[in-house]
Amino acid sequence: MLKVNDLKVRYGVIEAIKGISFEVDDSKIVTLIGANGAGKTTTMHTISGLIKAASGSIELDGKDITKLPAHKIVELGIAQCPERRRVFAEQSVEDNLILGAYTRKDKEGIAADLKNVYSLFPRLEERKKQLAGTLSGGEQQMLAMGRALMAKPKIMLLDEPSMGLSPLLVREIFDIIRDINSQGVTILLVEQNAKMALSIADRAYVIETGKIVMSGTGQELLNSEDIKKAYLGG
Amino acid sequence: MTFLTYLISGLALGSVYAIIALGYTMVYGIAKMLNFAHGDIIMVGGYAAFFAFSKFGMPAPVCILAAIIICTILGVIIERLAYKPLRQASSLSVLITAIGVSYFLQNGAQLLFGSDTKIFPVMLTDGSLKLFGGQLVISYLTLITIATCLLIMVGLTLFINKTKIGKAMRACAEDKGAAQLMGINIDTTISITFAIGSGLAAIAAILLCSTYPSLSPTLGSMPGIKAFTAAVFGGIGSIPGALLGGLLLGVIENLTKAYISTQLSDAIVFTVLIVVLLIKPTGLLGKKENVKV
Repeated sequence: MLKVNDLKVRYGVIEAIKGISFEVDDSKIVTLIGANGAGKTTTMHTISGLIKAASGSIELDGKDITKLPAHKIVELGIAQCPERRRVFAEQSVEDNLILGAYTRKDKEGIAADLKNVYSLFPRLEERKKQLAGTLSGGEQQMLAMGRALMAKPKIMLLDEPSMGLSPLLVREIFDIIRDINSQGVTILLVEQNAKMALSIADRAYVIETGKIVMSGTGQELLNSEDIKKAYLGG
Repeated sequence: MTFLTYLISGLALGSVYAIIALGYTMVYGIAKMLNFAHGDIIMVGGYAAFFAFSKFGMPAPVCILAAIIICTILGVIIERLAYKPLRQASSLSVLITAIGVSYFLQNGAQLLFGSDTKIFPVMLTDGSLKLFGGQLVISYLTLITIATCLLIMVGLTLFINKTKIGKAMRACAEDKGAAQLMGINIDTTISITFAIGSGLAAIAAILLCSTYPSLSPTLGSMPGIKAFTAAVFGGIGSIPGALLGGLLLGVIENLTKAYISTQLSDAIVFTVLIVVLLIKPTGLLGKKENVKV
């Protein structure tokens, strides 16, 4: 579905991504794990078109999307739930969700997806008239995920969904990620919480200072001694 | 009764400031830039209406429409040619460019229309309403100006809060990156913002030139600066702030002229601005900027 080929990204003279390649297969959960500053968010933003690649390519279902503007990429079926959620604090929960469907014109489909989002996240329905800025961190995470789902994506990019949440809430969010995946949405997940990410991932890549240093199935990496030492706390 | 007269004409002047201030505040809110050429769009609107009316003898509604269309197109063209290439540049470069565009428009107008002052014709109405046995006289123009301002405010507020494009504009104002992730085209949104602001400037131009009927290439600069002050005064980026700032500024200016000194009126207006900003740096209705960590 999504194929990243020898992608390089620069900020001025600094090379943030030094040629990474990975693949995300249809209806799988793929995770990129790595420390702060490894280049995970940069990778996500480059796929979404917010940052332009210096070289390399990104393909969606065989179509080169490397040079497309961000809004076209959403239209093609890549939705991102960004790091720190970035909900529109001054708009209502429901308006945030509707904005998620900005590129769509099928009124009935949007209404059906809104229902689906509310059934995945009942708390959002309870608070649909509230301003998004008044929600708790966990609720904002749910809103950001719901908003990305409203684009009816083929693939959803999830950047640090566990950030700043209690362990109980992290578990809940990860259960919902599985639910979303089982509805047929492919997931590319970026996480610092490696243990959680690996436990649900079909395939995982470890990224260190702009390079992929290891890959395998989620289980393989969970059992790897190197990974245990570096990312799972012994 | 004379106080009431001054107050009402102050509200009318303030209404014009408020309509112009909307252009500054919306562009600032979404493109995060100060468009110092906005005042000169007013001037272009004034000339457009003048020529349509006096030279081509078109009826008033057509003249108004022509001015709106010309200003709207001009605003969008200026954004595309002068500001869009600077999207990633420092705000200082954008500011200098905006000042450059302002001079370009003023000098262009001088070249095309000459620097002599032209008399703006009576396009709307020169009648007036007499109340209390003729003790209180309010011109229809004053009433039209205040009513137009209120109508624009209501219309724009509805547009921003209820329509899909309006909501997209608010999303862009809050977080451009996140807005792009929704599939919102930032360039289109910024163009729409410039179009609306410039179209409103044309309306302001006709109201302004009808009240003070002299037309010159620099006519936009002073109202432009005053309206910018009004926008900052009310809280830049805020639409109700533009209304409040504009009306207050107009009333303060008019009452100062009437009761204190005509020469000092501008000095007093700007002193009030400085005091307000010292006490509340974000302006009367401005929100605190969210600092991102």
